[in-house]
Amino acid sequence: MYSDKLIEHFRNPKNMGRMENPDGVGKAGNPVCGDVMYLYIKVKDNKIDDIKFETFGCAAAIGTSSMITEMARGKTLEEAMKISKQDVEGELGGLPPIKRHCSNLAADTLRKAIEDYLSKKKK
Amino acid sequence: MIYMDHAATTPVDERVVKAMLPYLSEKYGNPSSLYGLAQEARKAMEDARAKIAGLINAKPEEIIFTSGGTESDNLALKGVALASKKKHIITSSIEHHAVLKTCEWLEKHGFKVTYLPVDRYGLVKVEDVEKAITKDTALISIMHANNEIGTIEPVEEVGKIAEEHEIYFHTDAVQSVGKIPVDVEKMNINLLSISSHKIYGPKGVGALYIRRGTRIEALQHGGGHERKLRSGTENVSGIVGFGKAAEIARQEMLSETERLSKLRDRLIEGALKIENSWLNGHPTKRLPNNAHLCFKFIEGESLILELDFNGIAAGTGSACSSRSLEPSHVLTAIGLRPEETHGSLRFTLGRSNTDKDVEQVLSVLPGIVERFRAISPFKKDFREYESALLKEHHSSGVD
Repeated sequence: MYSDKLIEHFRNPKNMGRMENPDGVGKAGNPVCGDVMYLYIKVKDNKIDDIKFETFGCAAAIGTSSMITEMARGKTLEEAMKISKQDVEGELGGLPPIKRHCSNLAADTLRKAIEDYLSKKKK
Repeated sequence: MIYMDHAATTPVDERVVKAMLPYLSEKYGNPSSLYGLAQEARKAMEDARAKIAGLINAKPEEIIFTSGGTESDNLALKGVALASKKKHIITSSIEHHAVLKTCEWLEKHGFKVTYLPVDRYGLVKVEDVEKAITKDTALISIMHANNEIGTIEPVEEVGKIAEEHEIYFHTDAVQSVGKIPVDVEKMNINLLSISSHKIYGPKGVGALYIRRGTRIEALQHGGGHERKLRSGTENVSGIVGFGKAAEIARQEMLSETERLSKLRDRLIEGALKIENSWLNGHPTKRLPNNAHLCFKFIEGESLILELDFNGIAAGTGSACSSRSLEPSHVLTAIGLRPEETHGSLRFTLGRSNTDKDVEQVLSVLPGIVERFRAISPFKKDFREYESALLKEHHSSGVD
């Protein structure tokens, strides 16, 4: 059902846990649906300097969360904003069709975290 | 591997395989033919029918072979509905989808269905059944034991009420037959669904008990097999295996029930030591092999997968549900909030399980739950953290 790479991220998630004093926080999903993701970022010189996640959900939700933290780290905010659901899925070697929408929240959550950072910066 | 998903399916007992093999090779006759080879198959099939009847205190001629529990439920509900002038059916909100989806289909075809609620343990109230009866009620269908949470319904009382009102009573006994006593006479049952692969028999075969004299239409027409109620050449090897499985279940049920109940209680007791966990279903009116647990703030599929990596096979509920993302209708019906239903885990024990298996599960489960809770954003409450986060945002906005 799941690719080896997804299983690897599910079993040994990267950058997992809460971040103290993040520069931006993104949140997506709904506990009612069974998938919720929180993403925390620290920004330095317009680049994602540190990134962590917390996820309530299935293996696909946890795997995509872990995957995107690896994909986004070190990227400029503009580059990170462009990471799509398809990019995350592609990097993992595919997702089961039923898991493509609800459980692949990572790209949306990352965008929200960056938007949160940008809106705070304006103030 | 430790297999603890016996409500989904069971391994075929070696004695069953041995009984089946001749009917997959040299004894290949069609039971409808006249020569000796065919009659040998017919006799084996009738022996099996008698064994299955014996398990539920029915007469052999009241047993109709089907392809399994789902077909039996379809035949019972649609067959009785189509043969009746009455247009109302009473069922419960926690039935297996084989009953619920059949009821929905009947609703599209002019029938009215009452779906009775259940209490927090998953029990149907007998007085609710009686209150729901109208002059137009053709059938009451209440399952004997729930496939997810293991609650045993008061079918004997429901049967009594059905008899008093002269209404047919069907029960889906797929999960209970072979695990707890089933007596169609004592329970006033008119129709009862059974599946072979839940009692260590092969898949693809089941039966519907139909009390003599019950008015019912066939759904599958053809050569008139199975008293014209289910045409099609019989699955002889499957039926022979089913019969052997029924015979073994009857012999071993009492001792096995006692053994499994002890293992189940130990498993429940150990698992509930984990914080923020609880048992679903009734504390005592439950199947001897079922431990259905919820762990707050984590999601069941993750648990199942991680248990699998630890060599333990368990389920989240209805095996069919892994194909959909909907929260379980059973857990919703007993009053769990949708976010709570996701953290459920079902262990269903069986013949192969030992004390050692239970201890092994209890040695890895707390660590697995803890690991997923460390990943989860929810620690104390599904909403508390969310509001804390919003507050954080708000205050940072003020700065």
